[in-house]
Amino acid sequence: MSGWQRYGGMLVVAIIVVLLPLALPNNYYYDIAVRIALNAVVAVGLNLLIGYAGQISLGHAGFAGLGAYASALLTARYGWSSPLAMLAAMLGVGVLSFIVARPILRLRGHYLAMATLGLGIIIYMVLVNESSLTGGNDGMGVSGFSLFGLTLANERQWYWFASIAMLAAILIAQNIVDSPVGRALRAVHGSEAAASTAGIDTARFKARIFVVSAMFASAAGSLSAHYVGFISPQYAGFFHSIELVTMVVVGGMASTYGAVLGAAILTILPQLLSRFEGFETMVFGAILMLTIIFLPRGLLPTLAAVLRRSRP
Amino acid sequence: MLSQALQFFFSGITNGAIYALSALGFSLIYNASGVINFAQGEFFMLGGMIAVAFSALGLPLPLAVLLAIAATALAGWLLEKVAIEPAGDAEVVPLIIITIGASIFLQGLVQVIWGKGQKALKPFSGDTPILVNGASILPQSLWTIGLGIVIVLLLWWFFNSTRLGKAMLATSHNRLAAQLVGIHTRHVLAVSFALSAALGGAAGAVSAPITFTSYDIGIMVGLKGFVAATLGGLGSGVGAVVGGFILGLLEAATAGYVSSQYKDATPFVLIILILIFMPRGIFGGKATERV
Amino acid sequence: MTLLRVEALSRSFGGVLAVSELEYAVEEGRIHSIIGPNGAGKTTLFNLLTGLYRPNTGRILFMERDVTGCPPHELARLGISRTFQNLQICFNMSAIENVMVGAHLRLDQRMTPTMLRTPALVRADAACRDEAAQLMAFAGVERYVGSAADSMPYGALKRLEIARALASKPKLLLLDEPAAGLNAVETRQIDELIQKVAASGVTVVLVEHDMKLVMNISDHILVLNYGRKLAEGSAQEVRANPDVIAAYLGESVPAAA
Repeated sequence: MSGWQRYGGMLVVAIIVVLLPLALPNNYYYDIAVRIALNAVVAVGLNLLIGYAGQISLGHAGFAGLGAYASALLTARYGWSSPLAMLAAMLGVGVLSFIVARPILRLRGHYLAMATLGLGIIIYMVLVNESSLTGGNDGMGVSGFSLFGLTLANERQWYWFASIAMLAAILIAQNIVDSPVGRALRAVHGSEAAASTAGIDTARFKARIFVVSAMFASAAGSLSAHYVGFISPQYAGFFHSIELVTMVVVGGMASTYGAVLGAAILTILPQLLSRFEGFETMVFGAILMLTIIFLPRGLLPTLAAVLRRSRP
Repeated sequence: MLSQALQFFFSGITNGAIYALSALGFSLIYNASGVINFAQGEFFMLGGMIAVAFSALGLPLPLAVLLAIAATALAGWLLEKVAIEPAGDAEVVPLIIITIGASIFLQGLVQVIWGKGQKALKPFSGDTPILVNGASILPQSLWTIGLGIVIVLLLWWFFNSTRLGKAMLATSHNRLAAQLVGIHTRHVLAVSFALSAALGGAAGAVSAPITFTSYDIGIMVGLKGFVAATLGGLGSGVGAVVGGFILGLLEAATAGYVSSQYKDATPFVLIILILIFMPRGIFGGKATERV
Repeated sequence: MTLLRVEALSRSFGGVLAVSELEYAVEEGRIHSIIGPNGAGKTTLFNLLTGLYRPNTGRILFMERDVTGCPPHELARLGISRTFQNLQICFNMSAIENVMVGAHLRLDQRMTPTMLRTPALVRADAACRDEAAQLMAFAGVERYVGSAADSMPYGALKRLEIARALASKPKLLLLDEPAAGLNAVETRQIDELIQKVAASGVTVVLVEHDMKLVMNISDHILVLNYGRKLAEGSAQEVRANPDVIAAYLGESVPAAA
């Protein structure tokens, strides 16, 4: 990957981030931008697992939910500082995902999909049922996010903070992709037999990227909890897991910027669909089906391919 | 004590019959196309909702149920034509997303037509519970279990004795070979979906009087049907039925003896354990990949 | 030195004995071939030697060390590399990246330096890329250095796979039907490449159906039939063996080129 290819994309995103506030009229739009950025963090991590390594997880919202609740509990009940709580949550989620990763990632295709689905739902159910700890279905309130004594007070401040988090996520993801580890992951996707005879411990690599993507999700979950000021088990639920996978698949598999695009589309879409009063679910399902049928590699890679072909 | 156990048993086999039918639907489609149809649960939902709708229009109950099954079968056929066929030779992950998209679409559609509320269907032969040794079982439960048995027998006859059935079996074993002997495999795939949908729809219509039906009950039934199918061995008809009943009974036992809160977690803990320790299920064969 | 030794090796699949009580030794620095009719167990033997299958009975010794049951990535670390009968190229990567994958073991695989993109990692990667380009030139596919793998023709892909296999600097290279699907000209090019590889100090074992190629370059030939050893020896010995002629070569026997 050349220097331009590597940092050009990030530069474009950074420019958009800096210039966007000129176009945002009020706090409602800042709110959407913050949500896009935080969703992008999860999507970028999940894309490493689904798009590059060729695996699947239908339960990733579970990790985001665990990050969110861990942050909420550590700050509210034990008075931890929010950054420390977030890091601790990431560590905890990392350990948990590592434990389940090795046995689960031996599975493939539909079986892996179902195992991760089961895992996500179990996390969801624990969050619902342990209501003395989590507030159950009613959810629980979360304090603001404080860094170096400053608490992020409004949507605009969060906008800058979340954008930095998103750019950091993109940077780390791109670093992983263009490295021996990244090539190993793509080789596992391309041909496991070839990868293993080239010396790649495929099981170990799959597990490692699973853990990395789970930690991305946890971080985004922690930040979302602090941003919204409230967390409920739905955040860890099946539908949210599906939304996350959709971001990756629609935006572009094996494309970090595709995942960002997917996050943007999936965050804005419900807002656009709200005018369809009652039809939102139907339209969402239809869009999902049609996009995958006609653009199986996702929007960004398809666009890129079209552009490449139109060049003489 | 005995009556309590018996109660759990009754609730277990009633749900077991539902899961068995749902699992059969999964196995059918998986055999025909290698696709796991995440929209399977929605067929169950459609069966119930459409039966309620027809019944509300004034049609006699038996007719409403039969028409509901037929309509659901049509929905299954349409799903294959509109969503699966155009996808061609798509990879596993996109296919999963397509069927999930279809599932969401169907839920949304039903939501638009009939709203979010719960609907009730009249029981086929009254709702006075039958008492057995201190435990009670609803007549409708007997209808459900009975229907389950009848359907399984019908399917067994269909696959073993009819040309279309044998053609479907042949396609599931080796699609290319089936095509070479003149079997119209696209047609077989569409029929598989329709048949699968009919199975789900029948289960939904028959159990609607027991549990209220609404636009979102399909999700859980679908997931549990998949767990049952995997437990019994994906692709095995016998496995689907056995898996369904085992799951139903295990769930009832968990609710009764462990914790009713976590009853719904049973299938998911089970699926993870199965997939880790016994991924081929009880009746699934061993497969080796040629490199 | 005996580089690889196989003792009483057996492997069956659901009752079918694919490889049966096989005794085989590979001497360092020579070109060995394994021939036999389809279904004789050649690819199964390769899969056993590279850890993709575990044997039911017997032992595999590499450099006098028992490696029976070692997983593929372990064997790669010890110095065994292979190509595949049905091309296992990663079409989701570029041609040069495929070759770089072969060098994986010699690069830093730790997650933290990777996420931080340390200068040492960048330097090593650049060196790896140069090496991969050289290997592609060695294999005769240098014109595809900037290309995607899925834009390359079949013959070039076969040679790309060999380049990838060489990237790990193996001691033993197993080539599974390297000439399959190639025409006469391409087969001769593969012939030359294999000889270049052997000349560079890598021990080569190949499975092949192309008798002309086999007879031309092999120092030693093993003949399998129904999973068992039928005969072994030099090209002349094997060609003259009546069992081999009867089972496999038929009436006419090709002369060495």
